[in-house]
Amino acid sequence: MNAFVADRAPAPVEDAGERELLLRVDNVSLAFGGVKAITDISFDIRKGEIRAIIGPNGAGKTSMLNVINGFYHPQEGTITWQGKVRRKMKPYEAASQGIARTFQNVALFKGMTTLDNIMSGRSLKMHRNFFWQLLWRGPAEREEIAHRRKVEDIIDFLEIQAIRKTPVGRLPYGLQKRVELGRALAMEPELLLLDEPMAGMNLEEKEDMSRFIIDVNQEFGTTIALIEHDMGVVMDLSDRVVVLDYGKKIADGPPEEVQASQAVIDAYLGVSH
Amino acid sequence: MLYDIFIDPFVQMYDMPDFFLQVLWEGFVAGILYALIALGFVLIFKASGVFNFAQGIMVVFAGLTLVGLHENGVPAYLALILTIGVMGVLAYGVERVVMRPLVNQPEIILLMATIGLTYFLVGFGEFVFGGEPKQMITQELGLPTGSTAFEIGDRGLIILQHIDIAAAVIAVIMVTALGLFFNKTRIGRALRAVADDHQAALSVGISLNQIWAIVWFAAGLVALATGIMWGARSDVSFALEIVAFKALPVLILGGFTSIPGAIVGGLIIGFGEKIGELYWGGLVGGGVESWLAYIIALVFLLFRPQGLFGERIIERI
Repeated sequence: MNAFVADRAPAPVEDAGERELLLRVDNVSLAFGGVKAITDISFDIRKGEIRAIIGPNGAGKTSMLNVINGFYHPQEGTITWQGKVRRKMKPYEAASQGIARTFQNVALFKGMTTLDNIMSGRSLKMHRNFFWQLLWRGPAEREEIAHRRKVEDIIDFLEIQAIRKTPVGRLPYGLQKRVELGRALAMEPELLLLDEPMAGMNLEEKEDMSRFIIDVNQEFGTTIALIEHDMGVVMDLSDRVVVLDYGKKIADGPPEEVQASQAVIDAYLGVSH
Repeated sequence: MLYDIFIDPFVQMYDMPDFFLQVLWEGFVAGILYALIALGFVLIFKASGVFNFAQGIMVVFAGLTLVGLHENGVPAYLALILTIGVMGVLAYGVERVVMRPLVNQPEIILLMATIGLTYFLVGFGEFVFGGEPKQMITQELGLPTGSTAFEIGDRGLIILQHIDIAAAVIAVIMVTALGLFFNKTRIGRALRAVADDHQAALSVGISLNQIWAIVWFAAGLVALATGIMWGARSDVSFALEIVAFKALPVLILGGFTSIPGAIVGGLIIGFGEKIGELYWGGLVGGGVESWLAYIIALVFLLFRPQGLFGERIIERI
């Protein structure tokens, strides 16, 4: 356990359904012109849990994440974040309230090094203004060094010391995903949204990524919502699962329960609608 | 004919080294000024993918504001500070009124918007400061005038205008400062992040609006420096806007996203133009300077479409 891990209290262990609410989505609908991406979906995310969002392709999973972090604005419904109903907000406002995310198709700053990518995750934590930045010496420099230390801790945690100075565009896909996770962690988020963190990975990489996700959840107490297609991973990792199909919620509950649900089996096997 | 093209110019360069050095110096100074203009384009293009058609007129507008304020009795240095303020307000206004409502629109729409901005600035500048060319307040700003002649051994002398030396020094300082700022600070990192991926930058909490305002302000400062230097060499008039389009071949050479590219591209065009004009121009009746840059750029396009320092286009398949 390193310093970054040590200064975060571990999450208390209790039943996921009983924990304090972090985010609640009520009757949210989202349409693009005539295309309904999400129809009347409600679910919640509780503090400290790992919440999986699953469903066949085109079910509206990524749209749901985009709604949560402010890329999309639902036409109907409300989002309650930490007990307050959220107004329409921009992604960087969502970020400043503690929502971090990774993307389905890795969205890193490709020309920048691993270190700079993860440092950029600390943008919101750095406060010295434009004019201090111009001077660079003094407070702005001290701030930079303090944050750099945090970032080094994250790099140690994710075991990516060897690629600190490598431009991320040159890294293999699996490592890029890991750097992207590092950038999100650098924000010290309340809620971490992971969009298919294991897509395109081999077995070994998937195991590594699973381990990191569990560590982040248990050691930092970070709440995680993840979209994943690998059912084995979903069943192993998550406390509760919500299943979407054609933009509607068809099941919600603990993994075993969801797995046994007839509606879910139908959705995945393709029963005619 | 072949002798005139392939041999005679080089013989001349050898026979009259003083003249050749003078030509090189002229090319260097012109190149630095082109590089400064191109730098303004690069800053905005990097951060927002917008080709800022208005960069040229921003040069004129900054120069006009400075001279106009001075004409109305504002002391030179105060006028300079006020002009910097005006460029800041302009940057904020552009972000608020032009960029923000057009976010996520296709690039061609943003290009059209900057063309609109160009005509707005032309009209506004003429309305406030009048359309006649003005003298740059070189001396009042403490910039050197006059010239020094250097003897080169016993083979003649070259004459350096002091203002040109000042231009070169200021350009170097500006480019270094910008380079440090964008590589070493949080805002610089945020700018590079925005240049790479808008969505990802938003997701880590970088405000695009703030970055755009900063970038437009930086481009405004570069425009002001360019306006002062160009203005000191000729005068401050709307004709300068045309000169600004020399930045296009510079950008094609250097790549639209590279600050070093803008500098090297500017120098290549500057040297190429002057040497071409003075040694080969006579063969086609002169006036080579106005179009040679574009020919050089075209030839480059054939071999390196991404420019000298442009980001290599890597597509993972």
